[in-house]
Amino acid sequence: MELRKPPLATIHDAHGAKTTEFGGWEMPVEFDSIRTEHESVRESVGKFDVSHMGEIEVSGPDAAELLGRLTTNDVSALAHGSAQYAMITDTEGTILDDTVIYRLPETHDADFLFVPNAGHDEEMAERWATHRDEWGLDATVENRTEAYAMFAIQGSDAVGLVASAADDAGEPLADLGRFAATDATVADSDCLAARTGYTGEDGLELIVPWGEAEAVWDAFDCQPCGLGARDTLRIEAGFLLSGQDFHHEENPRNPFEADVGFAVDLDTEFVGRDALAHVAEAGPDERFVGFELETRGVPRHGYEITDSKGTTIGTVTSGTMSPTLSTPLGMGYVPTEYAEPGTTIAVRVRGEPKEARTRALPFLER
Amino acid sequence: MSFEIPDELRFLESHEWTRAEDGTARVGISDFAQDELGDIVFVEFPEEGDEIVHDEEFGVVESIKAVSDLYSPVSGTVTATNDALLDAPELVNDDPYGEGWMLEVDLDDPDELDDLLDADAYRDQIE
Repeated sequence: MELRKPPLATIHDAHGAKTTEFGGWEMPVEFDSIRTEHESVRESVGKFDVSHMGEIEVSGPDAAELLGRLTTNDVSALAHGSAQYAMITDTEGTILDDTVIYRLPETHDADFLFVPNAGHDEEMAERWATHRDEWGLDATVENRTEAYAMFAIQGSDAVGLVASAADDAGEPLADLGRFAATDATVADSDCLAARTGYTGEDGLELIVPWGEAEAVWDAFDCQPCGLGARDTLRIEAGFLLSGQDFHHEENPRNPFEADVGFAVDLDTEFVGRDALAHVAEAGPDERFVGFELETRGVPRHGYEITDSKGTTIGTVTSGTMSPTLSTPLGMGYVPTEYAEPGTTIAVRVRGEPKEARTRALPFLER
Repeated sequence: MSFEIPDELRFLESHEWTRAEDGTARVGISDFAQDELGDIVFVEFPEEGDEIVHDEEFGVVESIKAVSDLYSPVSGTVTATNDALLDAPELVNDDPYGEGWMLEVDLDDPDELDDLLDADAYRDQIE
């Protein structure tokens, strides 16, 4: 199958970016070096092309109800110009994807926008349309993934950089609260700017008309960063990666196991709610934990986690040598009795058990 | 992008180099290989006295993004290891043919070197 390409594909190529396949998209993985890009974000600011993320617009009288019944958080709590993190679950409470839902500013034609992960846009648009019809709700669902580019400008200097690049936009971007969204004009392009991101740093994400992506990207004079740095940054921040830290078929997990129970509001009605109420009451059998290797080696996706006697108790879902902390860090699921921070476990690195200790997430407090 | 490929070295197709002199040889990975791997964070290799075999695995190099096996261009006994890489694996990125060397080997069969790519043949392979 031919890979989907972001609108900046030729620009990235001209700048020498190495690319990789991710969720059916060909995306830049590295522009200079992962370490250089990672450090730019931790120390000042970097820009990411995340146009592989989906954009689905939902409008109409029953838009909020449709979103509310298909996601785990309380959509009715969203005011115009605000966003929330939520999980999309099946009837068993198993995570299909995670997403950010935006209730758009009143200036927009559409009411809501939600952002599924790379490669999930078609499946989610279909899920929304099918359930809308089944429930007889009055809402339109439009997959707009190829109408928008999406950029993340991240780091302590990010908000200042975007604010200085933006034209006077009514509400100043610098005053935008966390998980708030507003209209902004950058390089004559009308964008949606939200104080969100996935690096553990302050910053903004911009949703930009596809055809105007280049002018907006060029308006930010800072380090371009690829998916490699995005991965090391989000691991340090303890954030889940869809398809890797949970996968509906290969590694089915519910939000309480995945330690994102904060995104589940059991006072709302949604697909999977009853199953999750049981998990919430009984407690999950396994928990997503962070750990640090205490001897040389790098934990990688798929390596076995064992107890201190060598019995397999779980699998590493994400791991890296942390560029900021210079220590090998990983995440994965273990039985709840091993989840307490400070518990001694081990990771089998190419067959060799390496002692590790569980740690509270995020690894890096900001 | 052009990569440094010193004329006096011999290479394996899997991007390891060797520099042989008087029956001993140094082993490392090429400039092209370190660039492809990106930021190197870990190198694992045998100890002094261990035997390594031509075209067989002798260790592992890990970058932030990937793990790669290392293959030996030569057969012989390891006489020295570059332990500086244990604390500073980034030397492989900074100076792959110098400070980033990995092993010194007492060669079993110097004629084996004839099986390796010379600089021109290696240049053709990566271009």
